[in-house]
Amino acid sequence: MVGMALACSLASMPLTKQLNVAIIDSNPALEGKTCIKKEDPPDPRVSTVTPATISLFKDVGAWQYVQQHRHAYFDKMQVWDYTGLGYTRYNARDVDKEVLGCVVENKVLHSSLLSCIQNTDLKKRIYPSRLNSMTLHQNHLPTMMDSTSSSFHASLAKLELSDGNSLYAKLVVGADGAKSHVRELAGFKTTGWNYSQNAVICTVEHKTENQCAWQRFLPSGPIALLPVGDKFSNIVWTMNPKESSACREMNENDFVKALNHALNYGYGPHPQSNLLGNNGDIFSWFRRDLTVSANECFEVPPDVVKLVSGRMVFPLSLRHANNYASKRVVLIGDAAHTVHPLAGQGVNLGFGDAFALSRIISEGIAVGTDIGEVHLLKKFEVERKRENIMMMAILDGFQKAYSVDFGPLNVLRAAAFHGAQYISPLKRSIISYASGEQRLPLFS
Amino acid sequence: MASKLLNRFPTLNNTAYHILSLPFLRSTVASPFLVHTRLYSEDVSSRVSNRSSLNQVELAKFSSIADTWWDAEGPFKPLHVMNPTRLAFIRSTLCRHFQKDPYCARPFEGLKIVDVGCGGGILSEPLARMGATVTGVDAVEKNIKIARLHSESGPETANIEYCCTTAEKLVEEQREFDAVISLEVIEHVADPAEFCKSLAALTVSNGATVVSTINRSMRSYATAIIAAEYILHWLPKGTHQWSNFLTPQELVLILQRASITVQEMAGFVYNPLTGQWTLSDDISVNFIAFGTKNSQ
Repeated sequence: MVGMALACSLASMPLTKQLNVAIIDSNPALEGKTCIKKEDPPDPRVSTVTPATISLFKDVGAWQYVQQHRHAYFDKMQVWDYTGLGYTRYNARDVDKEVLGCVVENKVLHSSLLSCIQNTDLKKRIYPSRLNSMTLHQNHLPTMMDSTSSSFHASLAKLELSDGNSLYAKLVVGADGAKSHVRELAGFKTTGWNYSQNAVICTVEHKTENQCAWQRFLPSGPIALLPVGDKFSNIVWTMNPKESSACREMNENDFVKALNHALNYGYGPHPQSNLLGNNGDIFSWFRRDLTVSANECFEVPPDVVKLVSGRMVFPLSLRHANNYASKRVVLIGDAAHTVHPLAGQGVNLGFGDAFALSRIISEGIAVGTDIGEVHLLKKFEVERKRENIMMMAILDGFQKAYSVDFGPLNVLRAAAFHGAQYISPLKRSIISYASGEQRLPLFS
Repeated sequence: MASKLLNRFPTLNNTAYHILSLPFLRSTVASPFLVHTRLYSEDVSSRVSNRSSLNQVELAKFSSIADTWWDAEGPFKPLHVMNPTRLAFIRSTLCRHFQKDPYCARPFEGLKIVDVGCGGGILSEPLARMGATVTGVDAVEKNIKIARLHSESGPETANIEYCCTTAEKLVEEQREFDAVISLEVIEHVADPAEFCKSLAALTVSNGATVVSTINRSMRSYATAIIAAEYILHWLPKGTHQWSNFLTPQELVLILQRASITVQEMAGFVYNPLTGQWTLSDDISVNFIAFGTKNSQ
């Protein structure tokens, strides 16, 4: 997805649309026009796209294709935990926007980007195969003795594919996911650790339409319920590996019961809805600048009625490549960084990378730079590393803060919930940062 | 303020010779050079007997580090880092002057450009990628060899014509170009006025001439000489002679006497926190001037 977004973005800018792009992806969806049928239940693999990503998609003309398929905007979000000591509700109207984000199936995003590219005159070729090996010539200058090598390919990167094709490229972009082969071949080291948690994802159905995003932090990990459109929702339930295998094995009815238990009445009480009136005068000086959601009561998420897809389990980890770029190679998306799904930010960081890289490439071409030049790619790295690392640190912090069940820490977390709920500037900052509209978490 | 410094040297007088000696603490050049003479004259008529603008001392300096031209981390790193900024200025002024579409990836298609003092070709190659027909000349043979080898690595740059010659010889061959670009060269030539006359002779009428150099100011002494050479070690010691720097007014004057009217000037400013150069109005250290040849 992130690679396709890069190609789309290059196709949409005047300086880069004359580039020759080769897309190497063994995903069968790229081969033919695999139709996405409207009647199919939603695939459990979905992504939450932030308003910043939506506007980037609109800029390159890909969002219109997403709108032709199922997608679900949501404008409300509620976050609470099992202790029942506090909750926070977010509303898009707190920051005068209409949506907090949109949940779209990955296959819809992918096919929209593909349709978008096919409607431009970008010179592209799709290679439905895998990368076998890659050679990057490291010497910056052929030696004086070697003056017979007048082949233009001597300084380019050479890629060998599994179907036997050989390609020469000025720039190789690794957008091949968390287990990136390009990253391995190029020798980039990574830092990170595995969370001892797995995520169980599936699609469920309700009696009525769900228009709010729900997230409840349980002792072993958060469970998130995201609307996907029609009466369906997507579940992302993080738990430790033993429980995740148990969840996958149990029969459907038991699983639905477990879901309702986790979302609703299990593990602890519901938080009290403290309307500002009876919560004491300590918050009275905030009353002037109230957000819409500060007045909303705690709501119980809608009941899960039926499971409509299979259950998938993924291990979770935090991984960050120490460098994103070296001569002729650059990494974007999950290949460069993987995060915990608890705030729905992972793919948005990736899309941010893709659009930033295409802008930097365009600036490089404007001054005649060779696009595989390290200086140029390092500019991209410096720009994105800062933002990615900041987001990763915050998410990791949340993950650690919520994985400990310790009295005083629980109270602290409850205080944090109350603070976010009632302190309007803080809430607005949080919403803006999570929507991608704001670069720094606190000081705008 | 430059004159205050010069007044400390007793040899300064109206007629003309100005000797400034800068001992090299450590030089990359094999033979020791302690005294460097430059002609400095109030009235710009040339007093040099040989009609070449070559300065042998400078040539030797560059010849010794020629192999490192394309090493992005080597002695030429500042030029590599500054390159995109210089190209941005060249792109915007030339596109405007020749009325080319700035959103085109190859706006210089059809333009003949000469890069005087091309060194290893770090300016010539991007110009060629932007579509220009580029000729690169340099007086140091080694530089031309390096430039030729490097340009063979890509189809867009393989057509650059490199010659080991001087601007004066090109004038003798009666070559003419739409744009003549000479960046960071004029501070290394023996006679800047003559050099500018040669640059002008190479430009077609109504063509463009772009010259960049370092200002002769207190700030540039502190930045380009002390900071860059002695403290940060960005440049080998002795790369620049402060007395050879030209002030913007002097450059405009000698270009004008060579029939080139300077239309735009900009400065380059380095931000040490981000490590980036940007174009700005501050011409107190590095500056670049774009001029057009008066139509005859």
